[in-house]
Amino acid sequence: MNLHTTDTVKHAESTPDVGQPYAELGLKGDEYARIREILGRRPTSAELAMYSVMWSEHCSYKSSKVHLRQFGDKVPAEAADVLLVGIGENAGVVDVGHGLAVTFKIESHNHPSYVEPYQGAATGVGGIVRDILSMGARPVAVMDPLRFGTADTADTMRVLPGVVAGIGGYGNCLGLPNIGGEVVFDESYNGNPLVNALCVGVMPHDRIQTAHASGVGNLVILFGARTGGDGIGGVSVLASETFDEGGPSKRPSVQVGDPFAEKVLIEACQELFAQRLVIGIQDLGGAGISCATSELASNGDGGMHVWLDRVPLRDHTLAPEEILMSESQERMCAVVEPTQLAGFLDVCEKWDVEATVIGEVIEGGRLTIDWHGERIVDVPPRTVAHEGPVYNRPMVRPADQDALQADEPTAQRLPRPATPAELRATVLTMAASPNLASKAWVTDQYDRYVLGNTVLAQPEDSGVVRIDEETGLGVAVSTDGNGRWCRLDPYLGAQLVLAEAYRNVATTGAKPLAVSDCLNFGSPEDPEVMWQFAEAVRGLADGCQELGTPVTGGNVSFYNQTGETAILPTPVVGVLGVIDDVERRTPMSFADDGDTILLVGDTSDEFGGSEWAHVVHGHLGGRPPKVDFARERQLAEILVAGSRDGMVSAAHDISTGGLVQTLIEMALRSSRGARVFLPDDIDPFVALFSESGGRVVVTVPRSEEVRFADMCIARHVPVTRIGVVDGSSLDVQSLFDIPLAELRMASEATIPQLFDHDATAPAS
Amino acid sequence: MARVVVDVMLKPEILDPQGQAVQGALARLGVSGVTSVRQGKRFEIDFDGAADEATVQEIASTLLANTVIEDFAVHIEDAG
Amino acid sequence: MTARIGVVTFPGSLDDRDAQRAVRVSGAEPVALWHGDADLHGVDAVVLPGGFSYGDYLRCGAIARFAPVMQNVIDAAGDGLPVLGICNGFQILCESHLLPGALIRNDVRRFVCRDQWLRIENTDTAWTTQYATGQEILVPLKNGEGGYVADESTLDRLEGEGRVVARYLHDNPNGSYRDIAGISNERGNVVGLMPHPEHAVETLTGPTTDGLGFFASILHGLVSA
Repeated sequence: MNLHTTDTVKHAESTPDVGQPYAELGLKGDEYARIREILGRRPTSAELAMYSVMWSEHCSYKSSKVHLRQFGDKVPAEAADVLLVGIGENAGVVDVGHGLAVTFKIESHNHPSYVEPYQGAATGVGGIVRDILSMGARPVAVMDPLRFGTADTADTMRVLPGVVAGIGGYGNCLGLPNIGGEVVFDESYNGNPLVNALCVGVMPHDRIQTAHASGVGNLVILFGARTGGDGIGGVSVLASETFDEGGPSKRPSVQVGDPFAEKVLIEACQELFAQRLVIGIQDLGGAGISCATSELASNGDGGMHVWLDRVPLRDHTLAPEEILMSESQERMCAVVEPTQLAGFLDVCEKWDVEATVIGEVIEGGRLTIDWHGERIVDVPPRTVAHEGPVYNRPMVRPADQDALQADEPTAQRLPRPATPAELRATVLTMAASPNLASKAWVTDQYDRYVLGNTVLAQPEDSGVVRIDEETGLGVAVSTDGNGRWCRLDPYLGAQLVLAEAYRNVATTGAKPLAVSDCLNFGSPEDPEVMWQFAEAVRGLADGCQELGTPVTGGNVSFYNQTGETAILPTPVVGVLGVIDDVERRTPMSFADDGDTILLVGDTSDEFGGSEWAHVVHGHLGGRPPKVDFARERQLAEILVAGSRDGMVSAAHDISTGGLVQTLIEMALRSSRGARVFLPDDIDPFVALFSESGGRVVVTVPRSEEVRFADMCIARHVPVTRIGVVDGSSLDVQSLFDIPLAELRMASEATIPQLFDHDATAPAS
Repeated sequence: MARVVVDVMLKPEILDPQGQAVQGALARLGVSGVTSVRQGKRFEIDFDGAADEATVQEIASTLLANTVIEDFAVHIEDAG
Repeated sequence: MTARIGVVTFPGSLDDRDAQRAVRVSGAEPVALWHGDADLHGVDAVVLPGGFSYGDYLRCGAIARFAPVMQNVIDAAGDGLPVLGICNGFQILCESHLLPGALIRNDVRRFVCRDQWLRIENTDTAWTTQYATGQEILVPLKNGEGGYVADESTLDRLEGEGRVVARYLHDNPNGSYRDIAGISNERGNVVGLMPHPEHAVETLTGPTTDGLGFFASILHGLVSA
């Protein structure tokens, strides 16, 4: 039983000069002053807790808001029809036809995954799934772009297996197929792994839900798991100052997830949505109940009153401030009409989900919270949820940017392989390098089959799932990132990443529709990082406008740095596309011997920030490849048409590692070789390893070659025959011939060798 | 108030990969001389009255332990 | 009049819809059964699907085994009703003692999802009559606790009585004793299988359609009954 005096509103009014630990809670002096101004008195400790968390960078986007505005300002005109819910809600929603809507979003859970890899990654999956759920959707797939430090360091060997096990452990238990993602290694992520999680959901148009509380007298219901002390870490300073030595038990900073609790929550929500029992709904993520209540109230047309003592607790020693801030997982908050309450509770009971009325929508526009009959919070909710501080942080182009860009990876500076033997050796070295090596050891820990609608999954260019069994309608999703390109030029780098994800979706035959982004950067208090951020956002916004694909939502993760050294600026871009009939999708695997292999697009000598420069020379310098959005659009049209008309038997885009890596991946996936003859007007090294954008390798049956080539010519897109599917080796004429077995060994040995050190030998 | 503790261990002949993993980790931590590690579960059950021995045996053998692959041992910590 | 095959949904079941789809694709009628409803609604066969019933709390299948529907499943199985337990379903069958042995954590201590070659060794069970003895099939495998174990005398008995229904080929993915992927009871109406035939019924979403035979066997069993 705690003995502290509750810090009520009355008490705050009568004790204006009490010192409050706002600095320990992360608030600046002027922010604290502003709170006092808003309230006309000092905040109670509960109100202080709410403001401090909701005004934190993570929740308020204070450093990024001014820049992210561009996504809303630059929405491409052609996207207006397709966008059903834009930026501002939990996730964006796009129309995909047949009365169906698709929602998707990508989020980060970086810092927790460094502290506790399994739970950090697991709760990251849980959080993004709940975001999608709160839009009224049934979640149907997940993807995880992951970035770790140098592959062979002890730290990476500690973090990676835990993260992968956590993603699998949570996602598999939820019954969501994992259909794609990436695993990238770079020393810049040492100590700052990036664990980004994406989720896609589907619903009929008329079931889209939003987070708003309206209708005086409507009830606010907290349902799902009980509330404990998860994630409150820092807020305990409030509780501990009002406790005597009896004190609270240790408050964990890490959130712990229970995927089974989320699975039954998903099922219960589907029935609640189908029966139209919910007016507004919000999931509880960062800042828990404070966030859910203040957001629901702000978006609504009245106020909200909450009886905090009605919150079901796992830990009865929690102080009210701690309950408000708790980040216990698997909880949702719904607004329900009183006449629907019984129905709502019935559904929850069926699924054994605990549900409690904790508040109601009231007149006026305030959010009031009582604790055992005493008022501890009385605030205007918008000031908590939406009107937090907005910073215009200083930005400075890095002092070394010019020198970095001038350090082009020319043949003089970085010796290039020239002889056939050198080229052969380089091909194998590259294929075996951690970033290019097979990630099957990782992805085989994820269920890709559950729900029975996965048509393409990693390592394909994009994950494709069927969303309507009758019509074959499907969606394709791809995520991409490239910290090195963004370091060399954040504006161009972000555009290249967008172009690549867009191209990846088109490569499988889907028409790209919308974008979600996860912006991973260092400290916004570092003007050079802020410049990188501003440039990347500008590049992404401009690029989306040119491609006609709006940003529907996303996430910003700042403070990814150790000491003074920030990570490489790493905007990760997810693109979602739609495909009329998943039967038509284009896989990456060579289909038949005798198929013609075509290279579509232009190749130049572009190695700035390339995988080759990194692997062979440890070099990062020069400018990234050019971006040409007009070309990407044409290419996408060709790929989608080629897929729809059945002309194309396989396709795979060219990215890190260049053309040869693309060919290797297509060959290994199909266990079919290729006889390749490189165009003779280009240096072989450049032909094999350049990372020029806007290029795809396509295979067509010989009978379709002319028709396909005509399509390219009509759009002024260069297309060159470079080979034929044949044999069991990668035979690049007059240069080298590498048997598939040798390529497979190189590609498939690396990751298990690094990370499988715990495996025991089979029992029998 | 009675507290009963039930310890459940895999039968000796059943492969215990988790125990093996712990053993491997001990070695990596520099601990020598460990010849075996087996991992099990401990259940703490509180009754509001006295703990009935037969009931506890029933609970343990039908639910807490899968007697095909696990052995269990019951300790009454506080007879209540 | 086609066969009606019930698929039980427990809290946490995941592959129940997929099992229903497989039943439909094979030409039979899927009947959704709820764990809390003891009534089997006169179905001709029951499938206990894959997933993480009750979050795999305590032990996989340990809690599901006591669900209201299970007493009727156990009784009906005793009377000859065909019952197929897939993955978590197999775990539930073992916990219910409808099948001998148990499933433990994969020896590689990782969840494994891959396409797995199996050999069908017993084509007399209610669920495998549509296969040829020795037929090799490719179906998805996805589990973290798929290691089949039993004592030596049980294993010898299973082998001796021809009750090993399916065996892993080429590569044992989880440490199962004697590479056992699936077994049956003495009568042959109850079969437990670790891999997932319900995910191999459409070439669009699975590696093959080799899994259809399990469900088709029930249809044929009814026709010829």
